[in-house]
Amino acid sequence: MLVIVDYGLGNLRSVQCALRRVGQEALITSDAEKIATADGIILPGVGAFWRAMENLREAGLAKVVLETARNGKPLLGICLGMQLLFTESDEHGRHEGLGLIPGKVRRFAPGLKVPHMGWNEVKHGTPSPLFKDVADGAFFYFAHSYYVDPDDSATVIGATDYGLTFSSAVQAGNVFGVQFHPERSGPAGLAMLENFCRLC
Amino acid sequence: MLAKRIIPCLDVKDGRVVKGRSFVNLRDAGDPVEAGKAYSDAGADELVFLDITATLEARKTILALAARVAEEVFIPFTIGGGISTIADARSLLSAGAEKISINTAAVKNKPLITEVSEAFGNQAVVVAIDAKRVGSTGFQPVGKNTGYKPVPPKWEVYINAGTTPTGLDVIKWAKEVEALGAGEIMLTSIDSDGHTAGYDIELNAAVNEAVSIPVIASGGAGGPEDMLAVLTEGKADAALAASIFHYGTYTIAAVKDYLRNHGVHVRS
Repeated sequence: MLVIVDYGLGNLRSVQCALRRVGQEALITSDAEKIATADGIILPGVGAFWRAMENLREAGLAKVVLETARNGKPLLGICLGMQLLFTESDEHGRHEGLGLIPGKVRRFAPGLKVPHMGWNEVKHGTPSPLFKDVADGAFFYFAHSYYVDPDDSATVIGATDYGLTFSSAVQAGNVFGVQFHPERSGPAGLAMLENFCRLC
Repeated sequence: MLAKRIIPCLDVKDGRVVKGRSFVNLRDAGDPVEAGKAYSDAGADELVFLDITATLEARKTILALAARVAEEVFIPFTIGGGISTIADARSLLSAGAEKISINTAAVKNKPLITEVSEAFGNQAVVVAIDAKRVGSTGFQPVGKNTGYKPVPPKWEVYINAGTTPTGLDVIKWAKEVEALGAGEIMLTSIDSDGHTAGYDIELNAAVNEAVSIPVIASGGAGGPEDMLAVLTEGKADAALAASIFHYGTYTIAAVKDYLRNHGVHVRS
């Protein structure tokens, strides 16, 4: 069973519906035990970084997500959920993340329309099973104001241009993160979710 | 590179899709979920469902609709119409809507914009602005004895489905909603809406220069050339249309081909 971590932020049902479309049932839960015993974890999220981390810690979920990921279970962070995987963010002051992937979360520079909202191309980086049967340069749906800046460029499996080239998909072993919303990205997004399910 | 978006709008009344000219003379034509799915398959970048029956009964209908759309459609969709509390927003977003759009309630209760934005992120908050031109005719003197120039146009914000003037200036209101936490503006020209004679390009350009959040142009699309104009001269990030798609005058693919051939970056 896959779990979608419910910590009070994020559109969980759309992720669940998209998974169901590719034949995967997923449980929306905030139960630490169910997360610890899941075959794979999806960490969604929208809104503010600090609030997400606070909610995760207060619900005792930060620890179980970290431990389960460190034990080798596949973890996919979506949008803010991807940013939470990193060391720290400078959104509303400096805040520590889960620290599963070394790097920082930064805001887009002034002069660009923010949020970066709409469909943009994702170019392949380091080869990853997440992009199996997904075309190089396929469009995905984005809606975010901050982006991740990984310390190790080898973790970058997808990159996107918006004022600068930023890391739109990352992988460090069993830990995956995507800045876009695969659940909202039509057939390419569904293919990517199916790829993740295959790893679980 | 970020693509310009093409967004079909589905006006929903009593669970059915309708579209009229300038908010009157509605015509019934179809199941919203089927229509939404068809648009998604045809290459629409996003969908907007506007509930134009803002009664309590209809609120339940639109919630059920959002839940059904989420099961069938895997592109972003926005629900608008009659949303006036954070509880309304929460239930629609929880059902699977990507964004909610608020119009009258945003004017009457500004803190709602900030509350929804802080709770669900600003990307979930679209403020819809219905704009009507005011006092834009004539000329004004330029300096002393140096001639005349046209009076710059102004637009006033209208609420209650475009029936009630508010006295608010559209440009000032657009900047204010951005500051309050809106993630996007859906800008409808009341003068152009339903007439398929083109968007109000000046209105769109003026708002797009004033804010740094995305703007969806709405009202007046008659064909691909209107969309090209509003996405280039009007500087809009997305073009919304209803009747030209709904009555099959143009397909999404035909519009996108035209835009692509004229140098606009669109999703293939």
